[in-house]
Amino acid sequence: MVSSAFVDAFRFMPSHFSLLLEKAAQTAELAFAALAIALLIALPIGLWLGHRHRGLPLALGVSSLGRSLPSVVLIGLGIAILGVGFWNNALALVVLAVPPILTNTYFAVEGVDSDAVEAARGIGLTETQILTRVELPLGLPLLLAGLRIAAVFVIATATIAGIFGGGGLGDIMARQVTYGLGGVFAAAIWVAGLALLTAAALALVQRAASRRMAPRA
Amino acid sequence: MPTEAAELVFDEATKVYPGRDAAAVDHLSLTVPAGEICVLVGPSGGGKTTALKLVNRLIPLTSGYIRIDGRQIGDYDVTELRRSIGYVIQQVGLFPHMTIEGNIGTVPRLLGWKRERIRDRVGELLELVGLDPEEDRKRFPAELSGGQRQRVGLARALAANPALMLMDEPFGAIDPIVRARLQDEFLRLHREVRKTVVFVTHDVDEAIKVGDRIAILREGGRLAQYDTPQQILEHPVDDFVADFVGRDRALKALTLKTLGDLELSPATDDGLPRLSADTSLRDALAVAVAERREALLVVGPDGSPLGVAKREDLLR
Repeated sequence: MVSSAFVDAFRFMPSHFSLLLEKAAQTAELAFAALAIALLIALPIGLWLGHRHRGLPLALGVSSLGRSLPSVVLIGLGIAILGVGFWNNALALVVLAVPPILTNTYFAVEGVDSDAVEAARGIGLTETQILTRVELPLGLPLLLAGLRIAAVFVIATATIAGIFGGGGLGDIMARQVTYGLGGVFAAAIWVAGLALLTAAALALVQRAASRRMAPRA
Repeated sequence: MPTEAAELVFDEATKVYPGRDAAAVDHLSLTVPAGEICVLVGPSGGGKTTALKLVNRLIPLTSGYIRIDGRQIGDYDVTELRRSIGYVIQQVGLFPHMTIEGNIGTVPRLLGWKRERIRDRVGELLELVGLDPEEDRKRFPAELSGGQRQRVGLARALAANPALMLMDEPFGAIDPIVRARLQDEFLRLHREVRKTVVFVTHDVDEAIKVGDRIAILREGGRLAQYDTPQQILEHPVDDFVADFVGRDRALKALTLKTLGDLELSPATDDGLPRLSADTSLRDALAVAVAERREALLVVGPDGSPLGVAKREDLLR
């Protein structure tokens, strides 16, 4: 039965291509919005704490608290506050994405060669210039690795938004009665594809950054 | 701050780190005349590096004053102060993601120099420190040897033509042969650009070689003696200084003079070992001892005999 559902999934894809495309776009929109918000929160905090070489345990403690709650529970809580819809789902995903971005940003900056930082300070770069011209470029590969982890988490989890009226590929997966098991499988494969594509794209950027920041080392 | 050499004054400069009872630098008072190289030397725990970092305010003073050309360092904007002081550290701390040109041009870029001016300045400095102005400027730090990296570090510190240079064990991580060459080049370079330099080392021989004046710091950051290398070797003020410079201080003093400094007897070329006038007395003595000779023939740069130095002249 499973194998026939699998075959159905590949029949479903061409016949419902525009539906899948539309739903995938919704999932991507939700995931990328959540990632963007998570970046806006985690990046400045991670950069600043990493620059000061302290404060990670506290920041991580707070952010992990949110993450220790299952996303389903978070969305449930979110409904109570934000009502059903896009932002409620996005909130749950933001909570999921912040810790990996925060952790990697912190260690990316914190781990930059301390001699380069000391020299930079000694020759008269301001603290902001040290961060933007030395620590951020040198930490970029590790920072992007954190973003990639967060992106995979978020896209995979974004499907549960379907259950809560958020649309996207999860919407198909939650409606087996309408779309059949083949449809559910097809949507699942697309989610995996979307996550892998995003991860691959970020991996390419990350590799380019590594080459640029550690040339011919 | 003027771009010509500046006078640097430590006036009762004191640093006590928070949570410590003992001072790291204890009422340090000394004057470095403009254009001279002052070497801070002493055992670890002597506060040499702390004293150095007080000057560009990487470490804040607890009490006392430091003045550059009469102006207190606290009166400068800290960023402006640091950009006007050259800073070289042992680990160099080049920026690995920037080319050599990018590294050397860092401070000029921050100061808003035009691109052509930075390019010209980088070429000039690469030549000054003995690197290839065309080839090496495009390379990255990872492609250079340790000695080359330290030259780039020196060029970076000189980029904005500072009146004062701070050098924290600049040659400490470099093998002895390259170190000796870098010391020679540094002294040649100093004769050309005449900056005021504060130079930290734990190596007495290096201090004697590069210093116009040497400040010996003892445990707890107290100044034991501040004098010329000659005075310190010939008249150490106490046992601590005498021990620190070593039992061979009389021999070390011989490194400070060359055969050309001696009054020579008339030349009589009867098969004496020939040594050029710029040979240090110590090396000359080593030759005399090794060859069991009582006298040496001193020759000029063109090989013409200048006179004879007797062994006892060397030791006088």
